[in-house]
Amino acid sequence: MKDISIPINKVDNEDKCSGKAMYVADYKIEGMLYAFTVRSSIAKGEILKIEYPVLPEGYFIVDHRDVPGKNIVKVIYDDMPVFTSGKITYLYEPISLIVGPKKEVLNDLLKQVKISYQEEEPAFDWTDSVVHYHFDKGDGLNAFRGLDRIEYNYETSYQEQAYIETQGFIGYPEEDKVTLVGSIQCPYYVKNAVIQALGAAEDKVRIIQATVGGAFGGKEEFPSLIGCQLAVAISKIKKPIQLIYEREEDMLVTTKRHPSRVNFVGYIKNNRIYGLKAVVGIDGGANIGLSGVVLSRALIACTGAYSIEHLDISGDVFRTNTVPNGAFRGFGAPQMFFAVEMFFEHVAKRLKLDSLKFKLNHLARQNDFTSTMGIFRDPVLMPEMVEKVIKESDYIKKRKDYEDSSFKGIGMSLFFHGCGFTGSGEQNHIKAKVKLKKDQDKVYILIAAVDMGQGVKTSFRKLVAHILDIDIERVIFDNPDTDFVPDSGPTVASRTMMIVGGIVARAAKEVKERFNEETFTVFKQYEQPEYIKYDEASFKGDAYPAYSWGVNVVEVEVDKDTYQVNIKKTWSVYDIGKAIDERIVMGQADGGLAQGLAYGYLEVMNHKRGKIMQKNMTDYIIPTAMDMCPMETYLFENPYAYGPYGAKGVGELSLIGGAPAVAMAIEQAIKKKVFKIPVTPEYIMELINNGEN
Amino acid sequence: MAKIKFKLNGELKEIDTDPSRRLLDVLRDDFNLTGPKEGCGEGECGACAVLMNQEIVNSCSVPLANVLDKEIVTIEGFSKTKRYEVIKDAFAKAGGVQCGFCTPGMIIATESLLNKNLNPTDFEIKIGLSGNLCRCTGYNLIIEAVKIASKTGEGLW
Ligand code: FES
Ligand code: FES
Repeated sequence: MKDISIPINKVDNEDKCSGKAMYVADYKIEGMLYAFTVRSSIAKGEILKIEYPVLPEGYFIVDHRDVPGKNIVKVIYDDMPVFTSGKITYLYEPISLIVGPKKEVLNDLLKQVKISYQEEEPAFDWTDSVVHYHFDKGDGLNAFRGLDRIEYNYETSYQEQAYIETQGFIGYPEEDKVTLVGSIQCPYYVKNAVIQALGAAEDKVRIIQATVGGAFGGKEEFPSLIGCQLAVAISKIKKPIQLIYEREEDMLVTTKRHPSRVNFVGYIKNNRIYGLKAVVGIDGGANIGLSGVVLSRALIACTGAYSIEHLDISGDVFRTNTVPNGAFRGFGAPQMFFAVEMFFEHVAKRLKLDSLKFKLNHLARQNDFTSTMGIFRDPVLMPEMVEKVIKESDYIKKRKDYEDSSFKGIGMSLFFHGCGFTGSGEQNHIKAKVKLKKDQDKVYILIAAVDMGQGVKTSFRKLVAHILDIDIERVIFDNPDTDFVPDSGPTVASRTMMIVGGIVARAAKEVKERFNEETFTVFKQYEQPEYIKYDEASFKGDAYPAYSWGVNVVEVEVDKDTYQVNIKKTWSVYDIGKAIDERIVMGQADGGLAQGLAYGYLEVMNHKRGKIMQKNMTDYIIPTAMDMCPMETYLFENPYAYGPYGAKGVGELSLIGGAPAVAMAIEQAIKKKVFKIPVTPEYIMELINNGEN
Repeated sequence: MAKIKFKLNGELKEIDTDPSRRLLDVLRDDFNLTGPKEGCGEGECGACAVLMNQEIVNSCSVPLANVLDKEIVTIEGFSKTKRYEVIKDAFAKAGGVQCGFCTPGMIIATESLLNKNLNPTDFEIKIGLSGNLCRCTGYNLIIEAVKIASKTGEGLW
């Protein structure tokens, strides 16, 4: 049989090229109303009074008093109201919806809403810890006594997902049932949130995925908020309604990557980091939401791709009166890998050692303990991968040459990504279910996984067709609709192919055995590999069933007058187990790295007293075709026993190494240590004037 | 209100409406042509791109008044041509389509570029695509698609 990795054309190319694919804004329903959001104009305080203008016939206000169920959006940590009942915790917090048939009228009405507040002093510094974690490994602090210490601090700022399609839903009532069609990653997150907000029975809420115009984590938990708001409006007004954000609203109020600060102290013995103490903080914004889970993924990655015997690790989520932060491809790992890769680089420099050799000396190997005393069970191919990247990029020679030339540099990052939910999430919280239905000569894939561009529709149909040895046209996979598909879990955490695909593959094997039967359905549920044991409270055990690994090399030139960074070329090697479709994986590799590089040097987002200063695509610069350089990518096969054909996670891995690699390249180019990203021309100037050599 | 006449995907149209409305809204709402997308609404992303007298324009930044007597081609119209087939196959072959939200605009940009320059260099391709944002692909595979189209499209442009 053909190797499954050999690429095929994506099944949705045709519709997407011709403009036929239906995104949420493309749906039109007779008599559809529009919803605009009334928002706070202060960052902290209490609403004293709201005066709405007189509403014309057919216009409505929907607020917290209309929420029939619980006025809380169900996410991992439940602390975000559907509509505030009076307390304001961040600027532009949603207060109510104005709903009606004409956008111009709604805009006008919106301007006439008068709200008076009892203002309070908002908190923007990181002092209000709402989640605190601590764990150690080996002898913890005790191991550090009497050793030389090297300390550095690292900082990362916001990153915006900047999907080209903004957030949105349309919805409609059918008797006492509410149906929402949305640009979402997680149909069942939305469904469960709406059930709670409406206090409705399960069969009274239906969620359908429209074609998704990019998500990158941004459509993981945020859609639950606006889905609940819209569902409340529909159940009150009993008409179809559209709630779609314009770009400015999307930029100002949706979740972003958590800014972070990391303090590392390395304890040195025999030219090795023998012990590591880390104190990590992330800015959660006004709500906790997913921040605790983001923090734990970051903390678990604290040793990077390396083994360190003794650890003392702690971290906090700080609540501030700023827009809530949330999921973004990588989920805490990009922040930590930036910090830890720079730290290894900086410690090596202080010890006057070659940084690559220093890193290779610490590299995690098969059967080593992870930071949480789990085990890297599968072969770790990093030494070979590094060798490959060195050969292709001529890293050693360039690294040496650029030591003596100015404004040219090359950097290398080593990293991994833990595939699937952290810890026992799959087993205890998600409990993924899948169905395959055979009907005559067709096989239907019934799962809740969303194709948001990463190619799920193609790769899953290909997977099932390959196992059954039938034509891909006979395998059907429609956009998930919660009335028809079981909850196979959210489309997040690089879990879709490895975890859901693993279950689908098991189901497909059963379908194959019974293939001569006409019509039947196979139901399968996630089974956790027995060796996975993890204790969330103590951070002990196997945090992930498997790891994908990567190496990025980035070469840059910095303009000596303007300090503009010009990326010349990148070389990457990834171990993702096995590619289910090589071309799709290459697309993920390029796209992820582009986002990771831009995170490192280009994308600037900040707030001033709680107000996000970049409100459109002119202010918030993402890469254009002009910013891109040639990218070479190589894949190493290293099949994982429980993934389909050995596949592990892909989606997030490719974002993680970009920022540290570009930062190290810039560091070499300017001969000054880099401690924060993005490395903008302003920061480069500051380093050149006052930085550490 | 004003009567505006223009050619849309090969057919003559006349519409009586507010001439300051954005072409994008008129296409999507009045003609139900939803291939052009709204990504930013301010001329930055190219998701709403269409051809106006064979030149690429961002339809979100064009008031309908400017369309008077012009010829507009949207992705729906363009997708009926042989050139489209070549470009589409090139996008498939290169892997240039992910979420697809930028894709109609990218294809319009490709047509506009190849129409002027059938053998663009890498740099010329980058310039040709620089008005269209894509957050998914990192552009290289789209650049590759344009190269493939320029090779296989011999004689069509
Ligand atoms: S929507 Fe027109 S350029 Fe972005
Ligand atoms: S494919 Fe998603 S924005 Fe280009």
